[in-house]
Amino acid sequence: MAKRLSVLDADRCVGCQACMFACARRLGHGGLAGSCIGVRSAGGMRRGFTVVVCRACPDPPCVRVCPTDALTARPGGGVHLRHELCIGCGNCVQACPLRAVFWDRAQGKPLICVYCGACAACCPYEVIALEEV
Amino acid sequence: MLKDDPLPRVLIVDLARRRSWVEERPDLFAEGLGGAGVAIRLLEEECPPGADPLGAENPIILAVGPLVGLFPLASKTVAMFKSPHTGNLGESHAGGRSAVSIRLAGYGAIVIRGASPTPVYLVVDGGQVHFRDASALWDMRSSYTVGAVIRDREGGSGTRTIMRIGRAGERGVSYACVITETYRHFGRLGLGAVFGSKKLKALVVSGDRALPVADRRGYRAAYDAIFRAATASPLMQKYHQLGTAMNILPLNEIGALPTRNLQQGRFEGAEAISGEHLAENYLGRRLACAHCPVACIHLATLRTPYPNDPYFYKTTMLGYDHEPIYALGSMLGGSDVAGMFQLLDEAEVQGLDVMSTGVTLAWATEALQRGLISTAETDGLALAWGDYPAYVEALQRIVTQPNDFYRALARGVEHAAARYGGADFALACGGHEMAGYHTGPGGYLTYLTGARHSHLDSAGYSFDQKAAAQGETLTPESVAEALLQEERWRQVLASLVVCFFARGIYTAETVQQALAAAGCERSAGELARLGEETLRRKNAFKRREGFDPSALHIPRRILETPTPLGTLDEEFLRRAIAHFQAGASPARQTEPGEQ
Repeated sequence: MAKRLSVLDADRCVGCQACMFACARRLGHGGLAGSCIGVRSAGGMRRGFTVVVCRACPDPPCVRVCPTDALTARPGGGVHLRHELCIGCGNCVQACPLRAVFWDRAQGKPLICVYCGACAACCPYEVIALEEV
Repeated sequence: MLKDDPLPRVLIVDLARRRSWVEERPDLFAEGLGGAGVAIRLLEEECPPGADPLGAENPIILAVGPLVGLFPLASKTVAMFKSPHTGNLGESHAGGRSAVSIRLAGYGAIVIRGASPTPVYLVVDGGQVHFRDASALWDMRSSYTVGAVIRDREGGSGTRTIMRIGRAGERGVSYACVITETYRHFGRLGLGAVFGSKKLKALVVSGDRALPVADRRGYRAAYDAIFRAATASPLMQKYHQLGTAMNILPLNEIGALPTRNLQQGRFEGAEAISGEHLAENYLGRRLACAHCPVACIHLATLRTPYPNDPYFYKTTMLGYDHEPIYALGSMLGGSDVAGMFQLLDEAEVQGLDVMSTGVTLAWATEALQRGLISTAETDGLALAWGDYPAYVEALQRIVTQPNDFYRALARGVEHAAARYGGADFALACGGHEMAGYHTGPGGYLTYLTGARHSHLDSAGYSFDQKAAAQGETLTPESVAEALLQEERWRQVLASLVVCFFARGIYTAETVQQALAAAGCERSAGELARLGEETLRRKNAFKRREGFDPSALHIPRRILETPTPLGTLDEEFLRRAIAHFQAGASPARQTEPGEQ
């Protein structure tokens, strides 16, 4: 079964960004580069947080705008990125209404969630979870 | 240090010439590690002897450390400057996203020199520094609005820090703070006034780069152990559940909660302002600093009816902690929570340090009661314990400074008492208003001897409570020695910029493992020497700027109101200060082989 991330309750989010650091850490380094999850204030900290994850759409808009078929639909929802085909046009970033396609400035290519769940494993407050589709 | 680590990069900004550049300083970070260890060295380099704290020659130094962006709870930025409040060492720490943003923008420290002729705010992003006109933000009523405007105008949402000042900083109140991410502060010793003197309204830094590690496996192991400890420890859970406000009731119980300008150590209204009561009735949200799973920041939801508009309410989210509750609650004899929060809100709007504000207002209330001043000085305000509308008005006047009296209050309680009398009940040590712990000799010795005269320098309040629980017999020498050890170790934590709340997690052994993974290996002995040397340098800076520990004023009130460890004795405190002085500033020891 395919898995995907789900935001269970953004109101419980404290903005610690442990998920973002976990996502970057899976690449073997520290810092935040390469993170495919975004936590930012919803217009100032007093209003809480917006948690942006790829929700693995069954019919992903990012795939539809990829001119080189670098992005392909994953069975059961979500997408797969083949870096060698990607020309870095950025159409996918524009196409995602959730802004869940992040951007690798160093490589000039999109950052696509791989649904590994490293972020959810680090969330102390049950804001996000890895679920079977 | 690892080759690709940007830590040794020091960003220099010259406000007068509107230029900026980066200096590579591996020497500085090799010796000082980061945070306090690096900041004090930069302060020695940048701040000329006798500098005017509000003059262009006073630098602003911000430093982070090697563990930031790599490990949880390494989340503080250390600010150093010459304090306009004490005229001596200024050091203040803040969390929020400040440290992670500076580190991931690719810097280990930022030095701000000179003064701008016109209001500016700085944006540090993508390796560039932008000078933005801030004249439209100057004299804006609320610091919240300043944050909102900049948040909307600048990029980097989610990975940036927005440090800003309110009107108090613009107008040179010596205990004006710098606010970051709305709910965290470089609170103490007047960094806000230094920003204001430079016409610097705000500093925005954003960054999300990668950081190298020395050994991936070691990194993961060290990370997982720290993360587990941070989320599982009962103390951390308590910081999360009630926050620091959990201290109100236990302190009140033992008679250590300063009340009505420390005329008492117990407050009959403690229940109403306790962490438990506030959580049950007002808690609306918890927040965390970047990369800290603990989330100790507690926001109260305050609903205030508009007077002439039925069924219409203003809803305010206010950050609360033990210190603001003590300073604006028990110290001012107030248990009207809504009133206390309104005063706290006004302190945030204006950008004032709440501790110095509360203690100063408490002194003014008692001075008025005792007839040292009259309503002629207060300009008609009849300050009285728990009268929050009057306190809100007084706080605004501290900022607007309509007469000599409010100009004096704007420089803190010691300054005001020197002018109007009442030094016996002006509750500051070393010129810095006391924190919310009347626990015993340790607490006061921290206020007196700590390099910043801050309760967090060596946490004597915690030492006292342990001593009371264990029925220990204290001598001036034993207390001084214990606090000296603690302050030295805290220099290590402040150089790593690990939150002091995590001191139980970041033991010497854990620190070594984390540093090894970050490629900054240090032995236990090297860490101990770093702590000792950093403290020695801070105290040397203070002596250079005229600090004399033997001339410290001990307000009589401290010796009158009994503590849980009994009534304090001045002779005991003086002997401990002398012992501390000898230990904290040792003459340079002769190296083996030297004559």
